[in-house]
Amino acid sequence: MTGTADPLGARAHARAMGGTVVEAMPTVPATRAGDLPSGVASETMLWDETIGPGDYAAKEIDRGARLRLVDLRGDACVSMLIFNAERPIERLNVADTIKVQWNAYLGAGRLLLSDMGRVLMSIVEDHARTHDVFCGASNEAANARRYGIGTNWSAHPSARDRLLLGAAKFGLGRKDLHPCINWFKGVRITRDGTTELDQGPSAPGRFVILRAEMHVIVVLANCPHVLDSRPRYTVTAVRASAWRGPITPDDDPIRTASPESERAFLNVEEYFRR
Amino acid sequence: MTDNVPPLPGRIVLDEIVPARAPWDHIVRLGETLRIIDLEGNQSADFLMYALHDDAERYSAQDTIAAQRNIFLRTGSVLLSNEGRAMARIAATTVAYHDTIGGACSCESNTLRYGYHTKSHHACVDNFLYANSRHGRGKRDMVSNINWFMNVPVEPDGTLGIVDGISAAGLYVDLLAEMDIVAVISNCPQINNPCNAFNPTPLRVVIAAPDPVPEACSTRS
Repeated sequence: MTGTADPLGARAHARAMGGTVVEAMPTVPATRAGDLPSGVASETMLWDETIGPGDYAAKEIDRGARLRLVDLRGDACVSMLIFNAERPIERLNVADTIKVQWNAYLGAGRLLLSDMGRVLMSIVEDHARTHDVFCGASNEAANARRYGIGTNWSAHPSARDRLLLGAAKFGLGRKDLHPCINWFKGVRITRDGTTELDQGPSAPGRFVILRAEMHVIVVLANCPHVLDSRPRYTVTAVRASAWRGPITPDDDPIRTASPESERAFLNVEEYFRR
Repeated sequence: MTDNVPPLPGRIVLDEIVPARAPWDHIVRLGETLRIIDLEGNQSADFLMYALHDDAERYSAQDTIAAQRNIFLRTGSVLLSNEGRAMARIAATTVAYHDTIGGACSCESNTLRYGYHTKSHHACVDNFLYANSRHGRGKRDMVSNINWFMNVPVEPDGTLGIVDGISAAGLYVDLLAEMDIVAVISNCPQINNPCNAFNPTPLRVVIAAPDPVPEACSTRS
């Protein structure tokens, strides 16, 4: 008995749902978000959204903004794409990211580089230390093999399909789905090249804070890691929060950490020299 | 220089030299084998491939690594697309392993790696863009590639780098196409690291088709 047999009844039914609170939802406006890091004022909040198991989200944030990802329950796996919001033809390049920095593992102080020799984002804090640039997003076929069904409209959507939808909201398509980063699920490489996944679960509450060094679009998908061996589709919610912040100064320790880093920031400044 | 290379079985449909620093592309049909020969030794052959009938489906380094749980490409490695489908497999190679994490050199990344004086050097991304531009593909079609004959070890603490090669003159890789593909090579022009032993040299590419099925054996009714 929902009373939806006529338009007014349907309207009343629809409106009665407003204000429902669940775990996986955005805080709107973001300035109402609670449990902010110390020193972050409510009025600087740009985004606050809890992304549930198998869900996705995308957000444009400006240069200087901070993006915090919190693995609320210890089993998040957040695949991320990054685009230059002004010119999305410039995007994250994971090969350049590890090659230019001479290291395969992400952590505090590392840069996330674009394919144009610029730093899109940098990692200012990392309290998880288990991330992956090698294994990428799950796809429908991989999820079908593990979970029986992997379609986007099933209970086991793939990270690739979720990233596609997030990117599509900005006019981007299949060709724009570049190799991604996976936050919170770590992959290490052994001497013979083997990938070793730390699939968790980990302690709840681990987080990373990224700093946008350009105007960026971030696309996030929260799906089980493609190498997760558990037979059930196992992934838990992640909270994404962003707030305004200052543009990185010349003496920033991440910027001055290496000659490659210095030039990545110099290239950003040249880009904004207009 | 390549006298020690055994002949590819089947009908040779193409046998070309890719000059030093040049791009190259060609269709390779299901069942055909593409052989890439390192003529003079330690010459990185940067490689991408696209599904012929839907070029939004393309080689995916990450899918390939995840499926084989290893970053190195060796004999037997199956090269997967971003849709998780087999595009090709390494039917044979005389090099111990090949790279697929190091990506392609670009004018822009050269500025980070070596300084601004290298911005004008020839680079693989430019070669890929040039070859792809003639087929309606562009920068969106650039993804992590394969570097045949290139050596990128990862140390226990994650330190990695392009180091002296493990290839040599006459070594090769044979790719058996598992679908109709467009193969694109950038014969790497990089002169600032050991990927080409600081001296770009030519490659040889050969495509062999399977011998035609004798009429009596065909399933035609």
